[in-house]
Amino acid sequence: MSTSEPSVAGIVAAPDLPEVLPPRKERGRVGTVVYRHPTMAFGGLLLALVVAMAIFAPWLGTVDPTALAPARRTRPPPDLIAWLSYWFAGGRHPPAVQYWFGTDMLGRDVYSRVLYGTRVSLIVGFAVAFFSAVVGMVIGLVSGFVRWLDAVIMRIMDGMMSIPSILLAIALMALTRGSVRNVIIAITIAEVPRVSRLVRGVVLSLREQPYVEAAIASGTRTPKIIIKHILPNTLAPLTVQATFICAAAMISEAILSFIGAGTPPIIPSWGNIMAEGRALWQVKPYIVFFPAVFLSITVLAVNLLGDGLRDALDPRLAKRI
Amino acid sequence: MNRTPKLLEVNALKKHFPLHGGLLGGTTGYVYAVDGVTFDIAKGETLSLVGESGCGKSTVGKSILRLFPITDGEVWLDGERVDNLPPRQLRPMRRRVQVVFQDPFSSLNPRQRVRDVIAEPILNFGLAHGSELDDRVAELMDKVRLPRDAMRRFPHEFSGGQRQRIGIARALAPGSDLIICDEAVSALDVSVKAQIVNLLSDLQDELGLALLFISHDLAVVEHITHRVAVMYLGKIVELADRRTLFSTPHHPYTRALLSAVPVPDPKAERHRIILHGDVPSPIHPPSGCRFHTRCPFAFDRCRVEEPQLRAAPGSSAGHVMACHLDQVPREVPQAA
Repeated sequence: MSTSEPSVAGIVAAPDLPEVLPPRKERGRVGTVVYRHPTMAFGGLLLALVVAMAIFAPWLGTVDPTALAPARRTRPPPDLIAWLSYWFAGGRHPPAVQYWFGTDMLGRDVYSRVLYGTRVSLIVGFAVAFFSAVVGMVIGLVSGFVRWLDAVIMRIMDGMMSIPSILLAIALMALTRGSVRNVIIAITIAEVPRVSRLVRGVVLSLREQPYVEAAIASGTRTPKIIIKHILPNTLAPLTVQATFICAAAMISEAILSFIGAGTPPIIPSWGNIMAEGRALWQVKPYIVFFPAVFLSITVLAVNLLGDGLRDALDPRLAKRI
Repeated sequence: MNRTPKLLEVNALKKHFPLHGGLLGGTTGYVYAVDGVTFDIAKGETLSLVGESGCGKSTVGKSILRLFPITDGEVWLDGERVDNLPPRQLRPMRRRVQVVFQDPFSSLNPRQRVRDVIAEPILNFGLAHGSELDDRVAELMDKVRLPRDAMRRFPHEFSGGQRQRIGIARALAPGSDLIICDEAVSALDVSVKAQIVNLLSDLQDELGLALLFISHDLAVVEHITHRVAVMYLGKIVELADRRTLFSTPHHPYTRALLSAVPVPDPKAERHRIILHGDVPSPIHPPSGCRFHTRCPFAFDRCRVEEPQLRAAPGSSAGHVMACHLDQVPREVPQAA
């Protein structure tokens, strides 16, 4: 062993210490997540509630959200007195508390409409997040790896980003019929440039990382480098970005529906409900109020989840021995 | 030493990085990072490449690894020219030359377990599979003195020195002949640095490895190396075996570098050569001798004629330097 050799100026030849590895902390996985990332846990819980509401909407005391009842138009939601008299009357079902969120100007049950509207928002949000992440990932990887295509692709993306995404979505919707599928496609196209820029940036910085250079030097082929070294390390920022896109897409969907360029009016989406209630806003504010509150809560839940994910997915921050 | 066949020969290596600028992104100039570097390394030998930051040391290492194409010159590995091989034929050569980088934090993929990090080169070259692969990885862990149960862990669970050991294990994995240590110990603190340096020289004795040790830390270099090449602005200014270079350096730049090494003896008498100014830009290197702008002994000829590497007069064989002066004065001239 050269450890025992006389040391040279400037070098302290320390004895070889036994390599001590820090013990791993074992804790229940769920407990750890809640303890370390309370925002993520709260956001996740809230989102889970909203998702459950969307899935179980038919069993949550709803009626057909499109059933018209001209005789019971614009019933306000029951106030405290209505609820109290309902309870003291022994739980019979007087019409005053039949419509929890009231009815709109065509007599449709706002509560049922809001609950079924959750489905539209979530489907649009998740689908846009998924598709724009996948498409953006592919475009970002291509422009990060194929240098001569990079300039061309990025100028196109810059061009698309120079148009506000909601305007781009409106323009795209103007070209087709209103349907949930077309809304998803339009918002996805509007969101893709941001994702591909993000992925391209991450790919370019990862390519310069010493571990990628070491992989090249040790004979790893390019496809394997992409799959093993580049992709796993873009996944974290991409997931975070996807959650924010999901929230933005739900808002975009509501805006498109609100201005009549989104889902067809027959579908009870939050944007449609608000659009229909807009005319009565000053006299019957509850028609707009309830879908707006649900939209805010859902967007908040997704954003909290995204914030928490950003912290949790950074392996350096996650160390915390 | 001269009779052993050379493992690596680098001949007039040049690497110029184009500078892009302007509206259309055209080439507006070049960074002359490495500008004609020649050296060789024998089997089992350590050659150190020393010099200030930005002198092109790391670029030499990366050029040999073919992380980018070189501008000009030749790289020979065991009698075969490798700098112009197409990628398909380059792969088998990659097995023989590996690298250990400076930063132990970014040189390991944070999402790969230690086992996978070390197994990657073995799998790439199809050297082992299944349980044989596990045995091979375990063996490498022993070689770099890491506990075997560390295999299932992620890089962030280790200290800097431990990570550097993982990096060394990865470099050893394909059974390489030459390891390029690109500032491999510079980011470590002193005691860990000594451990890693000792580990490297133990491994060299054990496996007959050749090392290209790129460093700016002369104390470490003196401890580990057989020969030293001093670089300044993309060129080698002096090359000699360790004893000669540290005892009788010839080139003024080498002497300035050596005189900057702290000596842990307050009574030691020192002739310090203090260099003034910064290293000139490698985009516009000075004419003539590249060191003339900072050299205390520079005279007219230095400004116009570039000195070539030649045998240092009155020194041992293999001591070459690039200076016009046959005899460099001991003292810096006072009135300049």
